[in-house]
Amino acid sequence: MTNRTQRAPLVPVPSGFLMREQDVDKTPVLEIRHLGVDFGGLTAVEDFNMALGRTEIAGLIGPNGAGKTTVFNLLTNEIEPTRGIIMIDGYDTRGKKPYEICRMGVARTFQNIRLFRNMTVLENVKIGLHNEMKYSLGEAVLRLPRYWSNETVSDMRALELLSFFNMQDAAELKAGSLPYGAQRRLEIVRALATNPSLLLLDEPAAGMNPSETLELMNNIRRIRDEFNIAVLLIEHDMNLVMGVCDGIVVLNYGKIIAKGSPDDIMSDPVVIEAYLGKADQ
Amino acid sequence: MEKNLRSFFRRSTLNVILCVAFFAAVSYMISAKILNRYYTNIINLVLIYIIAAVSLNLTCGYLGQLPLGHAGFMSIGAYTAAIITTHFTLPDIGPVSGKALLFLIATVAGGVMAMAAGVLIGLPALRLKGDYLAIITLAFGEIIRVLVQNIKITGGAMGLGGIGKYTNFGWGFFWTVIVVAFTYLLINSRHGRAIKSVREDEIAAESVGINLTYYKIVAFAGAAFFAGVSGSLFAHHICYLEPGNFGYNMSIEMLVMVVLGGLGSISGSIIAATVLTIIPEVLQSFATWKMIIYSLLLVVVMIFKPSGLMGDYEFSAARLISRMLRRKEAAPKLPENYTEGGESDD
Amino acid sequence: MNLINHLINGIHVGSIYALVALGYNMVYGIVKLINFAHGDIIMAGAYVAFFALDAGLPTVVAVAASVVFCVLLGVVIEKVAYRPLRKSAKISLLITAIGISLLLENVAQKLFSATPRLFPKIISGGFYLGDRQISMTTIVTIVVSAVLMALLTVFVKTTNAGKAMRAVSEDTEAAQLMGINVDNTISMTFAIGSGLAAIAAVLYCCSYPQVYPTMGALFGIKAFIAAVLGGIGSIPGAVVGGLTIGIAEALTKGYLSSTWADAIVFSLLIVTLLLKPSGILGRKVVEKV
Repeated sequence: MTNRTQRAPLVPVPSGFLMREQDVDKTPVLEIRHLGVDFGGLTAVEDFNMALGRTEIAGLIGPNGAGKTTVFNLLTNEIEPTRGIIMIDGYDTRGKKPYEICRMGVARTFQNIRLFRNMTVLENVKIGLHNEMKYSLGEAVLRLPRYWSNETVSDMRALELLSFFNMQDAAELKAGSLPYGAQRRLEIVRALATNPSLLLLDEPAAGMNPSETLELMNNIRRIRDEFNIAVLLIEHDMNLVMGVCDGIVVLNYGKIIAKGSPDDIMSDPVVIEAYLGKADQ
Repeated sequence: MEKNLRSFFRRSTLNVILCVAFFAAVSYMISAKILNRYYTNIINLVLIYIIAAVSLNLTCGYLGQLPLGHAGFMSIGAYTAAIITTHFTLPDIGPVSGKALLFLIATVAGGVMAMAAGVLIGLPALRLKGDYLAIITLAFGEIIRVLVQNIKITGGAMGLGGIGKYTNFGWGFFWTVIVVAFTYLLINSRHGRAIKSVREDEIAAESVGINLTYYKIVAFAGAAFFAGVSGSLFAHHICYLEPGNFGYNMSIEMLVMVVLGGLGSISGSIIAATVLTIIPEVLQSFATWKMIIYSLLLVVVMIFKPSGLMGDYEFSAARLISRMLRRKEAAPKLPENYTEGGESDD
Repeated sequence: MNLINHLINGIHVGSIYALVALGYNMVYGIVKLINFAHGDIIMAGAYVAFFALDAGLPTVVAVAASVVFCVLLGVVIEKVAYRPLRKSAKISLLITAIGISLLLENVAQKLFSATPRLFPKIISGGFYLGDRQISMTTIVTIVVSAVLMALLTVFVKTTNAGKAMRAVSEDTEAAQLMGINVDNTISMTFAIGSGLAAIAAVLYCCSYPQVYPTMGALFGIKAFIAAVLGGIGSIPGAVVGGLTIGIAEALTKGYLSSTWADAIVFSLLIVTLLLKPSGILGRKVVEKV
């Protein structure tokens, strides 16, 4: 539906993680080189490097205040990086507004859910579909044919997306009235509606009980498999991270202290000292 | 699609019929002198305020910003249109009266000038948020007032007189229908949803690909255009303009209408504008208490029902009729797990 | 009139603006709200001082009465109107502030009518500096403002209460977790701001001896502009902003015409917001995502 897939890939760069066979010859969907940001005199993120393959699931972990959400905000240009390069599908994101980054194929959820609370569930998803619809202001106000065809298609698409989490029956409810878990799922649906090639999940399991977390794990894999996209997630729940991620980056004090497969990370003494040693796991 | 389209046509037809019927009824009452001049004047004033309030709702209710310079846009429209109608004449073209055509052109020109000013002030101002936007639009309104006072073509502090009394029920009703239809059709489209998403959460809206600046400008420009139109109608209603007409208090009166009616409810704005224009006209004793009551209402409504009396509820003739015919649509089935506890966290 | 006189006038008016701007500044810093009613608190203070002096009370008592009344008024407004809305949408809070401002103006109009009252002359005399006459009012205004601002700076920097204020404006939740009573701190901020407003009211009336219900509206907005210009959340910022506005206004009145003065001040605001929205001495604030 977008022209994203038609862009010529740049030189293939091997991903830093375990790569699925089908993705070996493709460019990474996300490539970050020497990313860094300073707030005043304070360096929040320094020399952050990683690459993410087309259908990989990667985890970004680290103690509180390590700079994980800051990395997300840098990826979506919510905060402008001080140094370094971020490439989405081989395209530099420098100077792009957050909404342009979204159009380049990055969608995200937020740590403290940010839904359009006074709008219906369906409307929330349809706002995600905003750029998939093409009719202009004039066509909207005059209710020309393209309005009707676009709206109808996106109604169906929105319901289809909602049905991914079995939420189609809640379509007409106000988003703010949904229970917590459903709000988290709706946020993911809304992000998926923008047709991303990379999905950023900021603590998707926060506030969930173990069975919900288990379901979320399955859902993250389903998202990867059915939408054929890459997922980068920040999470404190080690079971989820270890269970679902192909690769993990560990951040501490804004610097990467380790990266690799879940098994590598679990046995890495630096990580254990900096992070796992303090956790309850 | 078929179903949506058919339902839209059914509702539109109904609304058009109702509008025509209302228009015919009031026009008849005016021509048959059932409504005297005094009442006709009030009706016209009500329509002017409805146009202004509905347009303010676009920025205030839907976009969720608080502009305090709405009267400034009205004054631009008023002066532009008044200057055009007092300086030019048009010959009658066939059955179309030259005066009416000129008034239409002048009103559109007034709207366009106000819109231009809206974009001009909006481009920089909309980079700012909340209170800063409020204060910059307030400043803008004051600058307009000072400008109007100090330039020749507006008559300066002396005011601008000799404006023809062109505003009648027909014009008022025409523009009211336009602003209501425009707002309704805009809001219920992808563009309207984008505007509302800005109100709900700017960061989230931007994260799903909404161009914040563009939609702020769209809402701002639309609101300014219709403010200009209502200004033009106002000018040709009172026939004499002075800079004091469009002060801070007028902006506030509009705000009271929008807030009381409901932030994000067109029908609410219409009802509030009607009631709040009629009451002080009819009850003279109310006039001295008007502003005290308005200000109390603002505070009380904000504390107890921040979305305004109507919230975002919209009146719908089609729904009313189908209810009256007892053809209630089956209530949407809610799965049980969506009504469980922990409704929301704030 | 010449340049030096205009500048002295500007500094005179500017230091009153600075006092009022401090009130806006502190309140904005702590609850992130333009307290539209702040200007009308000045009006209330002016009326109290006027009636006290009219009743034959000594100046000091009149000023004290005005300060006490304004402090109470400010605290009550915060408690009744702003506190219930502290967690709701920004726009609701702003509309409430506008409502309160209108309410004060119109109640005053109802009680005292719109006719201006003549404020008695409480400071007289003056002296010559070379061949230039400088009135005592100017001296008193500048000195009182400077002393008050110095005291406020010391208060905010050194006392526990002042530190609490800074902590709450930095991060309300964190401050609460550290055991700071946020409600009391906010009340105190409104109290100090309103107290300063009362003194500003008296100083203002010494130079422009007319008391009327809407006297605070435009004056308040201009003082807010001074706060924005200098940088919200910074005490030196309020001083710089106040003086800039005062001098700009005095120069416009002196060299152009008094009708343009307001337009110039408002244009200054627009230019500042475009070039440096954080103000001359302000810090950039980033919204947490």
